[in-house]
Amino acid sequence: MSIKKNSIWSFFASVKLALFVLFFLAIASVIGTVIPQNAPPDAYINEFGANMAKFFQILDIPDMYNSWWFISLLIMLALNLTICTIERLPNVWHLVVQDNLQTDIDRLAKMRPSKEILTSLSPDEAANRARASLAENGWQAKEAPRDAGILLFAQKGPWTRFGVYAVHTSILVIFAGAMIGSHFGYKGSIMIPETRSSDIMYSFSNEEPIKLGFEVLCKRFTLTHYANGAPKEFRSDLAILENGKEVLTKSIVVNDPLSYKGHTFYQSSYQSYKKFLVSLTDNQTKQAETFLIEPGKEIKWPVEDITFGIINREMTETPFLYKYKVWFKDSTGVAEPFWITDGDTTTVKRNGKDYTFALKEFFATGLQVTKDPGVWYVYFGCTLMLLGLMVAFFLSHRRIWVYIKQEDDETSVLISGNTNKNRPTFEKNFDAVNRSLEEKIKSRS
Amino acid sequence: MTSSQLLGISTLGYLVASALYIATLIFKTKKSGIAASAVTLITFLLQTTGIGLRWYESYHMGFGHAPLSNMYESLVFFSWAIVIFYLLLEVKFNNRLIGAFAIPFAFISMAYASFGKGITQEISPLIPALQSNWLIAHVVTCFIGYAAFAVACGLGCMYLVKSSAEDKPDAGLIGTLPGLKVIDDIIHKTIIFGFLWLSAGIITGAIWANSAWGTYWSWDPKETWSLITWFIYAATLHARFTRGWQGKRIAWLAIIGFLSVIFTYFGVNFLLSGLHSYGSS
Repeated sequence: MSIKKNSIWSFFASVKLALFVLFFLAIASVIGTVIPQNAPPDAYINEFGANMAKFFQILDIPDMYNSWWFISLLIMLALNLTICTIERLPNVWHLVVQDNLQTDIDRLAKMRPSKEILTSLSPDEAANRARASLAENGWQAKEAPRDAGILLFAQKGPWTRFGVYAVHTSILVIFAGAMIGSHFGYKGSIMIPETRSSDIMYSFSNEEPIKLGFEVLCKRFTLTHYANGAPKEFRSDLAILENGKEVLTKSIVVNDPLSYKGHTFYQSSYQSYKKFLVSLTDNQTKQAETFLIEPGKEIKWPVEDITFGIINREMTETPFLYKYKVWFKDSTGVAEPFWITDGDTTTVKRNGKDYTFALKEFFATGLQVTKDPGVWYVYFGCTLMLLGLMVAFFLSHRRIWVYIKQEDDETSVLISGNTNKNRPTFEKNFDAVNRSLEEKIKSRS
Repeated sequence: MTSSQLLGISTLGYLVASALYIATLIFKTKKSGIAASAVTLITFLLQTTGIGLRWYESYHMGFGHAPLSNMYESLVFFSWAIVIFYLLLEVKFNNRLIGAFAIPFAFISMAYASFGKGITQEISPLIPALQSNWLIAHVVTCFIGYAAFAVACGLGCMYLVKSSAEDKPDAGLIGTLPGLKVIDDIIHKTIIFGFLWLSAGIITGAIWANSAWGTYWSWDPKETWSLITWFIYAATLHARFTRGWQGKRIAWLAIIGFLSVIFTYFGVNFLLSGLHSYGSS
């Protein structure tokens, strides 16, 4: 039993498994980039034939990144990382916290680099000078008497040995964040026509409506173009309503979403209806009304005895920005037409009366709605990964021992060093300490 | 002087520099080596000015943005990143012969940018999805990584050339290359450097995607291929750290890894469809 358990354990702890999983993940991931994902079933039959499409269905190829076998590969990676870390961490922990003043003295002379200096100074004086040269180079030494001599020890970055485990942990944290997101979060969309609000969104996964618990109002949607005709900006002026009251307003564009109560609203699309929103105010009576109109139709506002309509349009000097010719008649009987640019507001004067007239093309804004409570775990994991990689690649655990012992009528000063990586850089540090030590020991005072 | 003139001259400059580095490798003349470095450095400064000028010109046209927004601009930046990475390597390891395996990549990238089919050099305004501060962070991190991997691939080729000629008595020009151990060490360090930047590139891309679309990862072909590349280099590093792989195997992996980079960069844009389509022209 225990042998069997050990063999399973060591299988999951092995780097060989890590290499296989990485290799298979790489190969498997290619499939989904070549075969279109989440297309309608007919698309696969048309492109690959009925038999192949059935085969794909069996292997979940049309949604392979969520298939049992791909998820299994990811679980293998996660298990591998976890068990490998549990397996190795105790040793690493020991290396980080161990008392290096207990290092076997015989090992010191065998270390690379190491160097012995003989001097006529007393051991105590030699130790003083060794302490000084270590301190001068930024090494804080501890010391202990050992085998009738004195052992000084200084180290830098013992914790850097954890760097690689921070990277491994970061991947697990990212997985955890992704799982939290998929279990407790959802994604969907809403299409909100201007001046309307919505308190539900439609889930992407099953197209079911989801209650938001508040309302989102689209006050205005504006679309602008560059001179070359390419879209410049999609902007939605949104407001959040709680019990019909505005609690938050924000104008969102692509790359600048609105967040409220765990939901984030992203500008993702829009819809045009070939209709126009007109808001009209009688500046004398303060009567105001909003109309949704179609061009070429006569609109009546009986309360104010006004009739109007759009009768023509022309592009302005700005590409894709239109101006509209509006026919407008009030109780005074004057029916003079005027031009108004899309999105503008103008004052219409009629025999001493005046009206504020605003016109814009009517759109609905398409918002993607995301609730993802896992995203901060993912970001934390990403940060941890980058920090961990930097530590694992560029920082090292460097140790220097100096052992001073009376030998016959001379004092032996043995300086030894060790690093777990980046040896050339360490050797430079070591040489600096060694040089200063030699100078100090050779000088008379 | 316009940016496109400067960048045109840079293409030529890297061609000359490539020729000089290769000549240095073949004829072992010190003078051509110095000339190669000088031409590379001067071209690099011209190219830097060209990129800066293109940035300035875009503001002049009324829609200023960093010149990192389409295939042409990314190719120019790719070549720029290869050159600065190589120049630092040349100084650090005090060896010019690596240039013969690195600068040609910078030239090919510039030449493809200038003459490639369907690549527009026009400065165009940014579409809404690209209007983000993450644009610079994402493109710069990715391409520093790509540049390091390009140089690692060049070094991998250099290693294989040298090791195949090792047994022959008259090593000739190959004999002037740095020792196999040295090349192996530089390949390893270059891959480490590239891996860190590729990781940062994938992460900045994920954060950007989340702030633009509300999804940090959607298995879009570009994302997936960048992850495949990441898997390849992660496996390479593990094979080396824990199983002691080195020499030819790592040299081959440096080449395979770079092929994956190339596919992530071009193949996805031209052969597969996805969210990254604005990079294709």
